[in-house]
Amino acid sequence: MMLRSAFIALFLLLAAASPAAAIEVQRVVSPGGIEAWLVEDHSNPIISLDMTFRGGAALDPVGKEGLANLVSGLIDEGAGDLDSQAFQGRLQDLSIGLSFSTGLDTFSGDLKTLTENRDTAFELLRLALNEARFDEEPIARIRSQILAGLARDSENPRVIVRRTLNKMLFPEHAYGRPVSGTTESVTGLTVKDLRRFTAERFARDVLVVGVVGDITAKDLARLLDETFLGLPATAAPVDLTDTTPSGKGGVVVVEKDLPQSVVVFGHEGIERADPDYYTAYVVNYILGGGGFSSRLYKEIREKRGLAYSVYTYLNPLDRAALVVGGVATQNERVSESLDLIRAEWRRMAEDGPSEEELRDAKIYLTGSFPLRFSSSGRISGMLIGMQLNYLGIDYLDRRNALIEAVTLDDARRVARRLYDADKLTVIVVGRPEGVTATRPAPELKS
Amino acid sequence: MHRRLGFARAVSRAGLVLAAAAFMSLWAAGASRVEARVFDPETFTLDNGLQVVVVTNRRAPIVTHMLWYKVGAADEAAGESGNAHFLEHLMFKGTDTLGPGEFSRIIALNGGQENAFTSYDYTGYYQTVARDRLEIVMKHEADRMTHLRLTDEVVLPEREVILEERRSRIDNDPGPQLREMMQATLYLNHPYRIPIIGWEHEIDELNTETVLAFYRRWYAPNNAVLIVAGDVTAAELRPLAETYYGKIPTRPVPERKRAAEPRQHAPRIVTLRSPRVRQPSVSIAYLAPSYNSEGSEHAYALQVLGEILGGGTTSRLYRSLVVEQALATGAGSSYSSSAYDLSSFDFHASPRPGIELEPVEAALREQIEDVRKDGVTEDEVAAAKRRLRASAVYARDSLRTAPNVFGRALTTGSTVEDVESWPDRIAAVTAEQVNAAARAVLLENRSVTGRLLPEPAD
Repeated sequence: MMLRSAFIALFLLLAAASPAAAIEVQRVVSPGGIEAWLVEDHSNPIISLDMTFRGGAALDPVGKEGLANLVSGLIDEGAGDLDSQAFQGRLQDLSIGLSFSTGLDTFSGDLKTLTENRDTAFELLRLALNEARFDEEPIARIRSQILAGLARDSENPRVIVRRTLNKMLFPEHAYGRPVSGTTESVTGLTVKDLRRFTAERFARDVLVVGVVGDITAKDLARLLDETFLGLPATAAPVDLTDTTPSGKGGVVVVEKDLPQSVVVFGHEGIERADPDYYTAYVVNYILGGGGFSSRLYKEIREKRGLAYSVYTYLNPLDRAALVVGGVATQNERVSESLDLIRAEWRRMAEDGPSEEELRDAKIYLTGSFPLRFSSSGRISGMLIGMQLNYLGIDYLDRRNALIEAVTLDDARRVARRLYDADKLTVIVVGRPEGVTATRPAPELKS
Repeated sequence: MHRRLGFARAVSRAGLVLAAAAFMSLWAAGASRVEARVFDPETFTLDNGLQVVVVTNRRAPIVTHMLWYKVGAADEAAGESGNAHFLEHLMFKGTDTLGPGEFSRIIALNGGQENAFTSYDYTGYYQTVARDRLEIVMKHEADRMTHLRLTDEVVLPEREVILEERRSRIDNDPGPQLREMMQATLYLNHPYRIPIIGWEHEIDELNTETVLAFYRRWYAPNNAVLIVAGDVTAAELRPLAETYYGKIPTRPVPERKRAAEPRQHAPRIVTLRSPRVRQPSVSIAYLAPSYNSEGSEHAYALQVLGEILGGGTTSRLYRSLVVEQALATGAGSSYSSSAYDLSSFDFHASPRPGIELEPVEAALREQIEDVRKDGVTEDEVAAAKRRLRASAVYARDSLRTAPNVFGRALTTGSTVEDVESWPDRIAAVTAEQVNAAARAVLLENRSVTGRLLPEPAD
């Protein structure tokens, strides 16, 4: 039965059309020189625009951690002649979705509008980017929200464990600092800081735009100029060095009175632009990637019922790369879970995947690729990722071939290069039994 | 991440498409003329009673296939809480012809993504695949409707998994612990008082027999709804549905009769103090009608009321508590009309750092009392209706929204026509109806207040 199904799968895959056949990506360049990648889709009167400035929270000056994050909470809280309630009122009355967010390397905006309100929506985006008011009331309000969030996070095991891992892997680098800052740094941020941030960081040379939906290239070209041409041509120079995450390894325990320990672990990964990236991506899928068939899923969850969730993923940042994993299990079984994870980590490094595992992973990863095109927002998000990572406008057509090209020799070589159980830094938050901390927990400022 | 649990009706917590969340919590029941359409589905019913809904969406050559059973945690036998959810997990553990985990392996080998969820009123299984793999998915989903095979060898480790799931979702976090206590207090008699995932001591006792008994009692084609959305039409789907699902015989399924709520005489207050709480918060839940319960005539008006009170940053609650009075970091409300029995209308607020919970709770109550006494304005109703109707346009965008909306509707007593008429019915709501709904529902004696507080310093 099982073999038969597998056979059917393989047979059908060969017959399947190119996954991205239905998606045509256009490069739109406005008269003013603003570029956007566009997927036209007129089936619903909806437009989804994603935009990103390269450069995120990792650029926050020392002592001003959380600056990018505070800006992302404030530029849609009043701009131009519209105060906060007026600006938000326009968005709400017209059912326009506009929000901003910050990552370590990016500052992003997400706009969703009905076609009938398109020009207003783009105008509100322009105002937010160019004419944010930073009035006293919204600053106090949004700051209080962030501070309350930091206070909550200070007892949230999932947040504590992440922040501790980042701090251990990047003790000296900006990647070790929390995106949302600390109580002290956020309290100290001023209007001057906010204005300086938007003046320095929002610029055309670091701008990436992806648009999906009910809009033509011609209309988009005009709106790109109206929306983005007012930004400075270039962003201020940045000072962020490449770095290598700490390979010291070891176990850190953050004592918390919880019934279940929350665990993450990680070490250096593989950069997005590395020729081995796709191979690493496939190998990671086999070890602990999504789905119900990874080695860790089978060993930790299926066979022993140790956890509801166990996973690994690659996290390539602009200036460093990580491979990270996690598990959550009752305190009594943390030790057993960690032993199993380390053993699987070693086994993958030493032997790599089997031929069958590699074949199955490639079938899944290529076959599931078109499933990403399930909503406007997901597609516009992909258009951003493709540009940020310099993947090329034909990436959707090439991507599956990159996966297909991974050989067993590649997979074994890259597994050996990627995984090193001795370099894993393991963070446990809880009251784990039988786990000895080998390094002290760093102090986290909340 | 996997096999998630669709918690309660009010909390659309499953990651099942965020854009959809607003709309999903909204659509409807009742009867009136139809103008605006939402999804334009095609429907048919197989001879064995399986209802089929097809929503064509040709954005990409993919389909989402969902099978919803009209059974959930509220249908469990006394003392067996968590059984519906446990069965959901075990549905992946093999059939007469497939070994444990093989279902998932086949889906993965066809480039598919899959998961499942359990709520009070329904249990759902779904896969998203390239359109040419639909047949494989249907074959195996139909197979496990009747041919589930379980042994203690796979059941017992999975029980450990759901205990870990319970720890992750609830026991590790005081917020969900308080919500569990509030739910158990809001409903005095109805099984909605029992957590979907189950009480820990009862999960401990679940086993192969309890699960198989539940499966045999409730899983049948005449107690399920099949929804397929994406690059497919009813004409294309029908022969496949006949081939795979059509051959499964109809079986008698019990009527869903849950214990009803008695008259409630007093407001209740539940307070959880914990050193793990760093930011206090308050929530107030009122029993409220659903589309399918007594008082359902208020269901549409309550959605408009919810939008006026708690719909975003210009809503009454946010504007008053967060912006004007500068007391809170957040304030809002939530209400979902889709439940087989009663629903609830919920409010919440959290103080700004340095402000006590008490004045925030007082300000929240003042707003509730204000709307109950003085009602809403025509302008507020018009604006709220405009926003709600726009959400129906956004709902068409994502592949997964339509199957989620229809699944919830058809397993909780509503019809396809109800979903499609939702924009018209919202449009027909008047300010008088909103005010009548507020007066009917915001009754102190039918409410529970939950306070989440830090442990006081010694």
